[in-house]
Amino acid sequence: MIPENKVLLKVKNLKKYFPITSGIVFQNPVGFVKAVDDISFEVFKGETLGLIGESGCGKSTTGRTILQLYRPTSGEVIFEGTNLAELKEDAIRKIRRRAQMIFQDPYSSLNPRTTVYDIISEPLKIHNIATGKECLERVKDLLDKVGLNSKFADRYPHEFSGGQRQRIAIARALALNPEFIVCDEPISALDVSIQAQIINLLEQLQDELGLTYVFIAHDMSMVRHISSRVAVMYLGKIVELTDRDQLYKNPSHPYTKALLSAVPIHDPIVEEKRSRIILEGDVPSPANPPKGCNFNTRCPVAEKQCFEEEPIFREVSTGSWCACHLVS
Amino acid sequence: MLEVKELKTIFSTQDGVVNAVNDISFSLQSGEAIGIVGESGCGKSVSMLSIMRLIPNPPGKIVGGEVFFQGRDILKMNQHDLQDMRGNQISMVFQDPLTSLNPVKTIGSQISETVLRHTDKDKKQAEQRAVELLKLVGIPEAENRLKDYPHQFSGGMRQRVMIAIALSCNPQILIADEPTTALDVTIQAQIVDLIKQLRVELGMAVIWITHDLGVVAGSVDKVIVMYAGQIVETAPLKEFYANPRHPYSIGLLMSLPRLDAETHQKLISIEGLPPNLINMPDCCPFINRCKNVIEKCKHKNPPLRHVSDSHLIACWVDVTQKEI
Repeated sequence: MIPENKVLLKVKNLKKYFPITSGIVFQNPVGFVKAVDDISFEVFKGETLGLIGESGCGKSTTGRTILQLYRPTSGEVIFEGTNLAELKEDAIRKIRRRAQMIFQDPYSSLNPRTTVYDIISEPLKIHNIATGKECLERVKDLLDKVGLNSKFADRYPHEFSGGQRQRIAIARALALNPEFIVCDEPISALDVSIQAQIINLLEQLQDELGLTYVFIAHDMSMVRHISSRVAVMYLGKIVELTDRDQLYKNPSHPYTKALLSAVPIHDPIVEEKRSRIILEGDVPSPANPPKGCNFNTRCPVAEKQCFEEEPIFREVSTGSWCACHLVS
Repeated sequence: MLEVKELKTIFSTQDGVVNAVNDISFSLQSGEAIGIVGESGCGKSVSMLSIMRLIPNPPGKIVGGEVFFQGRDILKMNQHDLQDMRGNQISMVFQDPLTSLNPVKTIGSQISETVLRHTDKDKKQAEQRAVELLKLVGIPEAENRLKDYPHQFSGGMRQRVMIAIALSCNPQILIADEPTTALDVTIQAQIVDLIKQLRVELGMAVIWITHDLGVVAGSVDKVIVMYAGQIVETAPLKEFYANPRHPYSIGLLMSLPRLDAETHQKLISIEGLPPNLINMPDCCPFINRCKNVIEKCKHKNPPLRHVSDSHLIACWVDVTQKEI
C-alpha cells in the first residue's frame, strides 16, 4: 500500500459557514458558525488520509463539503482537475459515480422500508448502469465482496446487526465502482469486536480496488492503524497535517500532543509510566472563536503572540504542515 | 464490602425471556476499584442496576441471587431502606449526563436534593455543600453557577455535576456506568483523572463500567470481563493484560490497534456476532465465535473456575494468547 504521489483531490481555502438566524418568518442572519474555516490539503491517489478531531471541530462538515453534500461558502475542491464547488447539480451527480461516502450511523443511513437489494441497486438505477437480471447479479456480487450472504438481498435493514448494516452501506458505496470514498466515522457506532471486522474489510477493499479514502474518526488508535497521512482539526481549522509515523511519534502542535496523551493505551504497565497533558476547559464555540490562535484558551504553552495573531498553516518540513507560532 | 452472589436478572419480552444477567458473582473490597468490561448488551449495566434495585419491573425481574452490602441483602430490603442507601452509601454516575439531569431544575437544587434527603442539613447548609462539591469536581466560579440550568453546561461539565451529586453524601461505593462514553478524549481524560483523584482523597470503592479496555487499564485494580450476561474472566489488572486466558478477552485485546504499536499489523477480529440472549441453550455462549471448541463446549456452559489464586475464567479449554 505505497501511495503514488499523484494528487487525486485538492482542497484549497475551503470555508463552510452556517448562518445563525433570528426570527421565525423573516430569518435574518445574526452571525455564522464557522464549521470549516479556511482549510487546504491534498489527497494522493491510493492513500488513506485520516481526519481526526473532537466533536464539533468540523471534520464531518469537511467530508460532506468535499462531496458537495454541503455547498462550500468559498474555496475550491479540485477533484482530478475539476473544481466541484463550481459545478451544477447534474454535473455533480456524475462525479458521485467516482466519489462516494459511508456514513457514521448505519441505523439511520439505510432506509428501513426498502430491502437490501433496493438499497444497493439504487445508485445503479439512478446512473442507468444496470437493470433487471444484470442488476441482481451485481448486487449479489457486492454482497459477496463485503462478506454478506447473497441470499440476504430480500431482507430489510432491521434484520441485521450494526456491523452487518455497515457492510450494506459499504456495498452501496461500492456499487458504482468509485475510486474515492469519504468514510465518516464508519466504526464509531459499532462494538469493539465488530470494529476490527469493518476496518479489515475497508483495508482489504482498498488493496483489491485501489481505493482512496478520507477516513474521518475521533479514535486516534484506529486512525493510526488505517491512515498513511493524518490531519488534525480543531475548531474548524487543520492544525497539523503530516505523515502518520511522524504525527504519532513526534507531534509538533501542542493540541496534537495533548490529544495523543489523552488517549488511554490498553496496557497497565505503559499507562503507569505515561504522563498526561490534561487540557483545561472546553472547546470554544465555533460561532465565536477566540482572537488570535484558536487554541489559545486551552493551550498550555501559549505566549503573547498567540493571543494577537492568527498562526498560518505552513509547511514546517517536507510534507509536514503545522499552524502554530511556536513551532519552527 | 459488597458481595454479589449468583445474581440473575431476566426481562420478559414478546419474543421470550431474555437472560440479561446470568448467575454472576463477584466481590468488592473497601477502597478497591474494579472494571467491568464488555460490549453492548452483555449485561454490564443491567447487573449494576440490579445491585441498585433500579430494574423496571415489569418487564425486568431479579429472579435469583444475593447482594450483600455491609451484611445486609440489598435484594431483600424494603423501599424505604433502599432509598436510604441509594445516593448515600452507594451512588451511581450514568452514561449520558444530559438525560440524567433534570432540565427544568437548577444545578444547585439538584445537588442539594440529595444532601437534604440523606442528612440533617438545612437548605442553606445544603447549598453550601453544593458549592463545596462543585469546587471539588473542578467547576470554576461554583457560587455563581448554582442557579444555572443543565443546558448552560457543556457535556464534560454536566458529567462533573453528575459526579458532584453522586459524591454529595460521601458514598462508600461509586458505580460509574460508562461515564466518559459520550465525551471527547480530552474531556474523557479530565473525568478519568478526576475520579481517580477523588477515589484516593475520599477512600471510596469504585466500579467502572466500560467497553473501553484502555480506560480501565489506568484506573482499576481488577478487571471483570462480561459476555452474553455472564462473567467470563476475572483477573488482577496487570495479570489480565499480560496474560488473558479466555478466548473472548484475548480476541478483544488483539482486535484493538495500539497507539504505541511499532509496526503495522493486521487487526485480528473476532468473527461473528454475540448470541441472542433469548432462550439460550446450555452451551458455552462464545461457542460460535471461538476457534478452540471441544465437544464439551457444546453440551455444558462452563462455570467460572480458578486457574490461579486470583485469576478465574469460564472456559473448558485453557488457552493462552499464543495458541489463538
